[in-house]
Amino acid sequence: MTAALDNRAAAALRKRRRGALGRSLRRHWQLYALLVLPVAYFVIFQYIPMANNVIAFKDYNVVQGIWGSPWAGLDHFERFFANPVALDLIRNTLMLSFYGFLAGFPIPIILALALNEVRARFFKRTVQMVTYAPHFISTVIVVSMLILIFSPRIGFMSDFLGFFGMNSNLLADPDAFRSVYVWSDVWQTAGYSAIIYMAALAGIDPSLYEAARLDGASRLRKIWHVDLPGIAPTVVVVMVLSVGNIMAVGFEKAFLLQNPLNLSTSEIIATYTYKIGLLSADFSLATAVGLFNSVINLILLLAVNTVSKRVTGNGLW
Amino acid sequence: MTTETTLLAPPAEPEPERRDPKRRSNRVQDTRVDRVFMVGVYILLTTFLLIVLVPLVNIVASSFSSPAAVSGGRVFLWPVDFTLIGYKAVLTSDAILTGFGNSLFYAIVGTLVSVALTVMIAYPLSRSELVGRKVLIGGVLFTMLFSGGLIPTYMVVRALGLLDTRWAIILPAAIGAWQVLIAMTFFRSSIPGELYEAAQLDGASDLRFLWSVVLPLSKPLLAVIALMYGIGQWNSYFSALIYLRSEELYPLQLVLRNVLIVNNTGGTNLADQMAAEQMADLMKFSLIVVSTVPVLLVYPFVARHFTKGVMLGSVKG
Repeated sequence: MTAALDNRAAAALRKRRRGALGRSLRRHWQLYALLVLPVAYFVIFQYIPMANNVIAFKDYNVVQGIWGSPWAGLDHFERFFANPVALDLIRNTLMLSFYGFLAGFPIPIILALALNEVRARFFKRTVQMVTYAPHFISTVIVVSMLILIFSPRIGFMSDFLGFFGMNSNLLADPDAFRSVYVWSDVWQTAGYSAIIYMAALAGIDPSLYEAARLDGASRLRKIWHVDLPGIAPTVVVVMVLSVGNIMAVGFEKAFLLQNPLNLSTSEIIATYTYKIGLLSADFSLATAVGLFNSVINLILLLAVNTVSKRVTGNGLW
Repeated sequence: MTTETTLLAPPAEPEPERRDPKRRSNRVQDTRVDRVFMVGVYILLTTFLLIVLVPLVNIVASSFSSPAAVSGGRVFLWPVDFTLIGYKAVLTSDAILTGFGNSLFYAIVGTLVSVALTVMIAYPLSRSELVGRKVLIGGVLFTMLFSGGLIPTYMVVRALGLLDTRWAIILPAAIGAWQVLIAMTFFRSSIPGELYEAAQLDGASDLRFLWSVVLPLSKPLLAVIALMYGIGQWNSYFSALIYLRSEELYPLQLVLRNVLIVNNTGGTNLADQMAAEQMADLMKFSLIVVSTVPVLLVYPFVARHFTKGVMLGSVKG
C-alpha cells in the first residue's frame, strides 16, 4: 500500500519535473526558437572544433577523414618536443607574455590613479580621449607605423635612437623584438585598460575621502589607503585574466612583426602552429601544438583563479 | 592590515557620469607636499600624452608631405612641402578601393549578423523561466576559457565549403562570448520584471515583448556591441589571411598588410632611391590615414560608448 503510494508520488514528481520543461516550452516556445541559430553557431564553430582536436592523437589524412584516420597516440606531441625548436618556442612565448604582463599590468593602474587626481577637466578629458584612441587602430596599422617610424631611412625614432647611440634598426634586431612588441602594446592599450580602474575609482565611497581628509592624509597616503584598497578587487580580476592568458600570445601582431632577421625571438607557438598547419599542411602536428598550448593555458587560468580566491577572496567566478 | 580593511570599499557599481567624489574635499588648500606631488602627476600624464600623440601626428604630417621629404626622413610633426599626391595615389589604386569596399561589406553585414545572433541568445538566457539556462550559459562562457584552435576550426570551415567565400569572414567569429555576457547582464539588470508582467497581461508574446519593449530600451547596449563587432571586423585580417585566396575578396587590412608590411622587412637600405620608391614610401603614410579614417569618424561616439561597455562588462552577472 505504502509502496504503491510512494511509486505514485515518485511518478507524479517525475511528471511534474518533466512538466516544468514541457510547460516552459509551451508557454515560452518563442524563447527556445530564438536560441536555435545561436546554439547552432556555438556547436558548429566552437564545440565541433574542440572535438576536432582528436586529430592531435591521430595521423590525419584527408581521404580517411577525422574519425577514419589511424590513431597515433602521443606521437605528435613527442615529435614536437623532440624538435629543438620546441623549447625556443615555449621560451619565446612565455618571455613575451611575461614581459608584456610586467609592463602592461601596472601602467594602466598608475595612469588611472594619476588621472583620478587631476581636477582640470579639460586636461583630464584630453588625456583620456588621446590615450584611448590607439586601442581602435588595427594591428596591421600599428605594425606598419612601427615599421615606418623605426625605419632607418624614413623614421624619426631611428634618428632618436641613433642619437642615444642605440641600434637604429630595431625591427631587424632579435634582441629588441620583445621590447618593440611589448612597449608598442603598452602604447596601444594602456589608456583603454585604465578605463576599468577609473570606473572602480569612481565607485569608491566619498565618505572615505572625507575621513582621510579629516585625518590630514596627504594625496599619496589617500591613494595608498583609500584608492588602492578600493580598486583591489578589480586589480585582482584583471590580474587573474592576464596571468591566465600568459600562454595565449596573439598570433596577429607577432606574425606581422616577424622578419627573417628577428625570427630567433619572434617565432612563438601561435605563429609556428600557423606555419606548420596551413603552410606545411601537417594538420595533426599543428593541432597537437595548439592543443598543448590551450590546455596549459586553461590549467594556468584555473590555478590562478583558485589561488586568488583563497588569498584575496576575489576571483572570476 | 586592520585599518585598511575598515577602509576597504564595497565593490560598488561603477557610475561613470558621477561627479568627482573628491571635488568637495579638494577645495581645501593643498599642502606643499601635495603640490609637489601634483606637479609630478601632471608631468607624468603630459609625458604619456606626448608619447601617444607624437607618432600619430608624425604619420599624419608625413602623409601630407612630398615624396622626397618623406623618403629623406625630413618630416617630424609638420608637413614638409605640403601636397595631396599621396592621397591621390591611394584613392586611385584599385586594390585599395576594392579592399575598402570589401571591408565595409564585412563590417556592416558582419555587425548585423553578430548583433542579431547575440540578442537571440542573450535575451532568452536572461530570462529565468528558461529551463537549462545555467547549462547554456556555462557552454557560452567555456568558450572564453578554451577554444578549438586554429586548425580544428579551419577544418570545420573547409568542411562546410566556406573557404574563399565571404561567409568565412563573417560566420566563424559571429558571436563573441564576451558580448553575450554584456548583453545578458544588461537585459537582467535594466529591464524591470514589472514591464514583462504588464506586457503579459496585455497578451504580448515573448517575441513581441522583445521587439517592442526590450530592444527599444536597450539602444545603448545595442550601440556598444554593434561598435565592438563593427570595429573588430574592420580591423581584423587574420580570418581573411587563413580563409581567403581570391584577392577580390580581400578586406582592407589584408591589402594593407600586403602593401605595407610584406614588401618591407625593415632590413634593407638602398642608397639609390628611385622616384617610384619615394612615392611608395609616401603612399604608406597616406594609406594608414585613409584606412583609419572610418574608425576615427565614429571615434568620439565610440569612446563614450566603449567606456560604458567596459563598465557593463565589469558588473558581474
